[in-house]
Amino acid sequence: MRSERGDLIAILQEVQARFGYLPEEAMRQVARFVAVPESQVYGVATFYSQFRLTPGGRKTVRVCQGTACHVQGEAQILAAIKKEMGVVPGTTAPGGDFGLETVACLGACSLAPNMTVDGDVHGQLTPAKAVEIISRLVEKR
Amino acid sequence: MGKLTGLLKRRGAPETHTVLVCQGTGCQSSKSDQIQAALQQEIVQLGLSDRVKVKSTGCHGFCQRGPTLIIEPDGIFYTRVKAQDVPEIARCHLDDGQIIDRLLYQHPGTLEAVSHYHDIPFYKKQQRLIMRNCGQINPEDIQDYLDTGGYQALRNVLSGMTPEQVIAEIRRSGLRGRGGAGFPTGQKWQFCRDSAAPQKFVICNADEGDPGAFMDRGIMEGDPYTILEGFTIAAYAIGASQGYIYVRAEYPLAIKRLRIALKQAREHGFVGDHILDSDFSFDVTIKEGAGAFVCGEETALMASIEGKRGMPRARPPFPAQSGLWGQPTNINNVKTLASIPVILTRGAEWYSSIGTETSKGTAVFALTGKIANSGLVEVPMGTALRQIIYDIGGGVPGGKSFKAAQTGGPSGGCLPADFLDLPVDYESLTQAGSIMGSGGLVIMDEATCMVDIARYFLSFTQHESCGKCVPCRVGTKQMLEILKDITTGKGRAGDIDLLVRLGNSIKVGSLCGLGRTAPNPALTSIRYFRDEYDAHIRDHRCPAGVCQELA
Repeated sequence: MRSERGDLIAILQEVQARFGYLPEEAMRQVARFVAVPESQVYGVATFYSQFRLTPGGRKTVRVCQGTACHVQGEAQILAAIKKEMGVVPGTTAPGGDFGLETVACLGACSLAPNMTVDGDVHGQLTPAKAVEIISRLVEKR
Repeated sequence: MGKLTGLLKRRGAPETHTVLVCQGTGCQSSKSDQIQAALQQEIVQLGLSDRVKVKSTGCHGFCQRGPTLIIEPDGIFYTRVKAQDVPEIARCHLDDGQIIDRLLYQHPGTLEAVSHYHDIPFYKKQQRLIMRNCGQINPEDIQDYLDTGGYQALRNVLSGMTPEQVIAEIRRSGLRGRGGAGFPTGQKWQFCRDSAAPQKFVICNADEGDPGAFMDRGIMEGDPYTILEGFTIAAYAIGASQGYIYVRAEYPLAIKRLRIALKQAREHGFVGDHILDSDFSFDVTIKEGAGAFVCGEETALMASIEGKRGMPRARPPFPAQSGLWGQPTNINNVKTLASIPVILTRGAEWYSSIGTETSKGTAVFALTGKIANSGLVEVPMGTALRQIIYDIGGGVPGGKSFKAAQTGGPSGGCLPADFLDLPVDYESLTQAGSIMGSGGLVIMDEATCMVDIARYFLSFTQHESCGKCVPCRVGTKQMLEILKDITTGKGRAGDIDLLVRLGNSIKVGSLCGLGRTAPNPALTSIRYFRDEYDAHIRDHRCPAGVCQELA
């Protein structure tokens, strides 16, 4: 009982790894399995920034906003992505090719400014380099 | 001629080499895994397999120059290696023994090529205790750790020391918590030891959330075994049978390596029932965070392990009396635990000879920002900022001038050039208005706007505030709004005083470290860079040219 409640976050992480987000029905089932109120599952899911309640893009781009990245011009990178790709953090590109997010710090500060594409770190970015990497994620239609 | 020397060499005693290829997050991002694969292939093709060993290692700390590799036994250090350099490295260096000059580190001042790892100023002035094995051992092979004397400390402890003796030794060493607060570790262990309870817990806090800090990540990726060994000793000292390592989810490679290390430690009998045939049993569970900065705070972290929202609670009761699941719990930072084995093998007296009167041992910094050599740096406590920034870090690049050093992340402050000769330890940094923190050290130059930096940190803490305490939830929001106004030309006379008043109220009115320190970046920048605030408010001018609306 105790261990199952303690595993709530890990279970939600597995659900998200499977579906890419936390579907409502899945959260209800997790609540029954762990034997906690649905409100508590929802409370946890909305407290931690890792969890998302809506589907993301096929790929996830996370632009680092750490201190080292900030002083090395992370704002210009986000501005360029917004201008060239028309996507702002928290949204998904048209067609769902990629979702754009910001992250507090990736801990790859020596390579600042950074971003990750599905967890792979791309460092020492320039606005142009970032846009080029992201452009490759967009499927030709 | 090269071929000839190669032939001659082969006829004599063949030279054996070990190539250490860095597989830290930094170097992997520039494809060091492909470099290693190519190197291995090349070595087979050249028939060098019997005298060249290729070894993956964790972070060497000099991530900015990655991918890096070191060729032992000579300690030749190659930087920014590309896959196309591999055939040349194999043929010229490994086969013929010729150093490839163009891949060597170039001294930024003299432009001289430095061939040996230990001669590079970045490494030469460091003293690596916590990171002693990082970049040297294969972090996925426990045998490598054992070969460097790993687990000797645990053997000694379990074969001949009582928990009280272990605690006494740690107290004598003067070790203080490396998570930032600097509480004496031995004393903390004693409190938990003294709590009578059938079940106690130990927690390793690896939720390294400060933006601009990656010391713990480097250690977990480079030498997870030493953390586990220190953790097991801590558990023995306080009498815990279960431990949790709480790692932030943003560090997938660190989590992977910790899991491998834990599995191997279990197989070797260093974790589990009757460790090393003693009466002591201890098991470890790795818990992944889910992206909440506040979970670095100990009571929030415990709530998160229990599967709840990571909200801090009031202390007392302290975790040493009532922590995880209401049981006595001891929480230590990664670097604190990584210091334990080296203290116990080399002795408290030796350890306490390093550092200053009140701060013993070494400090690990993540040196980043506007700095020539950025990376992980370990120096004795009491080393002057100037030495870290100029001798090790190579100073500010691009002919720009130094403006400030930011320590302690969003809980710390920005120190101006007047403090360059400050010996860095817990007390001196606190006195200067900043904090030691966990080790982030971000360098800022003349093109950095201090008001913008204050706004940056406030937007971070405001976003990460859990919302429990009103002064933190509402106050950081108000401070952020004022700072946003100032950076967009809408600052008003009196804003600075309002920021100071608000900041001081938030500090006294919040429960946990997040709220109590969130105003620090704004308050120290007002203290040392007030003229920049005045320029923004009075003259509608951003001296650094950062604030777009004022440019």
